[in-house]
Amino acid sequence: MGKRILLGAVAILLLLAAGYGAFYVAPEERTMGLIYRIFYFHVASAWAGMDAFFVCFLCNLLYVWKRAPKYDWLAVSSAEVGLVLTTVVLITGPIWAHPVWGIWWTWDARLTSTFVLWLLYVSYLLLRTLVEEPDRRALLSSLFGIFAFLDVPLVFGAIRWWRTQHPSPVIMGGPGSGLEPTMKKVLFFFVLAMHVFAAFLIVERYILEKMKNEVDLLQREAEAL
Amino acid sequence: MGLFSNTLTLLGKELRTEFRSRELLTTTVVFILVVLILFSFAINPTSEESRDFGPGLLWLAILFAGSLMLQPCFLREQANDTLSSLRLAVSDPFAIFLAKLMANTLFLLVTEILMLPLFAAFYNIPILPQLHYLLLVLFLGSLGVSVAGTALSAISAQARMRELLLPLLLLPILTPVLVVSATVSVSLLDREPVVQWKGMAFLAVFDLVFLTALWIFGEYLLEE
Repeated sequence: MGKRILLGAVAILLLLAAGYGAFYVAPEERTMGLIYRIFYFHVASAWAGMDAFFVCFLCNLLYVWKRAPKYDWLAVSSAEVGLVLTTVVLITGPIWAHPVWGIWWTWDARLTSTFVLWLLYVSYLLLRTLVEEPDRRALLSSLFGIFAFLDVPLVFGAIRWWRTQHPSPVIMGGPGSGLEPTMKKVLFFFVLAMHVFAAFLIVERYILEKMKNEVDLLQREAEAL
Repeated sequence: MGLFSNTLTLLGKELRTEFRSRELLTTTVVFILVVLILFSFAINPTSEESRDFGPGLLWLAILFAGSLMLQPCFLREQANDTLSSLRLAVSDPFAIFLAKLMANTLFLLVTEILMLPLFAAFYNIPILPQLHYLLLVLFLGSLGVSVAGTALSAISAQARMRELLLPLLLLPILTPVLVVSATVSVSLLDREPVVQWKGMAFLAVFDLVFLTALWIFGEYLLEE
């Protein structure tokens, strides 16, 4: 219990500090002005969300291989947290795009693939609600999770056939890209804070899922008596 | 018996089942026809717009039809629990998937070939000059729909609300197939046709990725 409170406190403090950094420490962007500051929140959520989906994929593979329920619990927890973070990405993106691009949405490669990724994990969670038996649910959703994750690079590759409007990669991009050093520090701090926060949410959700399973088990035992 | 002969025997069984009733083919043909007509009502395209939108609409109709047609694929094995017998009969469960996906690809292709002349007439698009390339796109795309669809119909058959669930699982997964086959078809049916080999190769890669995934994970899909 103590450890969970500590993790939660650290996560929230880090996020507050990151928010302070994004608003007060990072310098103003020359052309976009104030609105660019949402970029820290946007990129950090995207990064943490992708990593949460990756954890989900690893747990899907581990479940199919080892068949231990704990992998299924971790998979559903990280899928849900990943979905929330991706929702944040899909909301903060248009808020930024409207003043900067003049439009809320464009069918560009990264926007569209993020949206398809979001849809795939909505389907994943939906599938889970439609299978009663826990072992069957874990196996079927793990297999779907694997297929869905394999699909992600294909979705991205396919949509790149269309012209792309999203800003080209700033981090680890080609020459000519890059961030001012303070901006970079603030961004990486924000990414770290978001990861700790995501980890905290996943741990909490995992404990909840575990308790839910215990309650289910007890209920079935009580009915059998 | 090896994988090859197992698959052939099972494919024979799938085809026999279908050609005795022909219900899958007839309903899918009518379904695609209805969708194509409704699309034309909904957007009322001029002949230039038809060239731009027509192929995309055709692929959308194929995807919808596929997601309905693939429903009974594993569902009809449940009625008399024939799936367990199938599993006992073959040494490699991949043969079951292979036979089913080959049958599904064939059914989809037959429907598409029946639909093409009507599509050409309704949307006023000449298809004959590029027919061989068009058939190649249709084959690669339909294979993708069938491979992913067969795998997912094995999943959805074991869940509640399965009729609604399969399209929900399948259609997002098929986004790459839709995007690429529509783009390739549009440039094939353009006034100055271009064969996009890169797109064809991409479709082949999609098919291979899902075929490999099915080969590795297929047996778990059929677990009792």
